[in-house]
Amino acid sequence: MNRKVIIIGSGPAGLTAALYTARANLNPLVFEGSQPGGQLTITTDVENYPGFPEGIMGPELMDKFRDQATRFGAECHFKHVTKVNFSEPPYKVWVADECYTAETIIIATGASAKMLGLESESELMGYGVSACATCDGYFFKDKKVIVVGGGDSAMEEAIYLTKFASEVLIVHRRDEFRASKIMVERALNNLKIKVAWNTVVADILGTQKKGVHSVMLKDTQNDKTREEACDGVFMAIGHIPNTDLFVEALDADQAGYIFTKNGSTATNLDGVFACGDVQDNVYRQAVTAAGSGCMAAIDAEKYLENLHG
Amino acid sequence: MSDNVKEITSVNFETEVLKSDTPVLVDFWAEWCGPCRAIGPVVDEIANDYNGKVSVGKLNVDNENQLAMQYGVRSIPALLVFNNGAVVNQIVGAVPKNRITDILNTVISS
Repeated sequence: MNRKVIIIGSGPAGLTAALYTARANLNPLVFEGSQPGGQLTITTDVENYPGFPEGIMGPELMDKFRDQATRFGAECHFKHVTKVNFSEPPYKVWVADECYTAETIIIATGASAKMLGLESESELMGYGVSACATCDGYFFKDKKVIVVGGGDSAMEEAIYLTKFASEVLIVHRRDEFRASKIMVERALNNLKIKVAWNTVVADILGTQKKGVHSVMLKDTQNDKTREEACDGVFMAIGHIPNTDLFVEALDADQAGYIFTKNGSTATNLDGVFACGDVQDNVYRQAVTAAGSGCMAAIDAEKYLENLHG
Repeated sequence: MSDNVKEITSVNFETEVLKSDTPVLVDFWAEWCGPCRAIGPVVDEIANDYNGKVSVGKLNVDNENQLAMQYGVRSIPALLVFNNGAVVNQIVGAVPKNRITDILNTVISS
């Protein structure tokens, strides 16, 4: 069956696109990917999504997004797209060896936490190395942990981790944070938080069996290294767009963010639209992602109207 | 939760997991974990698909902190595959169903 719309991704952008295309009777199929609900499902309180004056938990907000989209007929599948072929319409999307086709594709695959790129880091991911304090902080009660990064998310993770950890060391490669003032103040005023300035993580030591036991830290001023004992390492050094599947077919910037035409969600291919963090390196908010998801749905609907006259 | 999924606790861990006649897939999870909620229904499906061949259990780390620590769980969801009383494989994070079933198939055929 050739679909009108396939949406790849299920964060605020993808599910808002699903809601709008469902209400336009386009019967959208949503591939939720490996993290249904997207990045908000690994956060706790969302305090800046309008309409929730008391705040709302990230996973709960995304359940509501999904319920609202499915109520109008969006089909959401917990499946991960493994390959696409956009060389000509209908566009093809594969989930392992199942092939799906559609007249329009809305890409809303978002972004993932950036990693340092160390071999030990990928080996110990889930065994003491984490990119999600709210998921894994619980396992570090009374332990010492390291947070790598200097932005808002690093401050947020560090502050959150003080609920469990006995000590949190923020490792930052510069001599000042780029995080917002309010977050920096909150972090620096916390007695459990210490900072290693001008320092980078050169290696992470440990085993899958026993977890992390220390990191090698390198002072960027004098290149001296030292071993620092710790039980966990949390990465908060920014994000990369999830566009590996698409960069061959679609124009993107050097970092991989998909280019969209000014004031729209159109990509360089007719009928392929991109919304949310996958094309936004600037705002990266749930509400802006939802807004651009709505734009993508309207853009797709207009495109289909023109196509069918 | 599927009828084919057992709740695993420190009380029944030995009989249901360590002394099980079949391989056992244990899903370490918690209420507050978003990715766990995503993978929960997949684990239920697997319990139905593999009924009789693999037993499937869910272990709430909030209630059974000791078992989570004992098995070195530092990130959830963590899916541990036990066979003859020992961990023979494990997957951390919400992964597609076929990654889990591939592992189960290997364990069953070995």
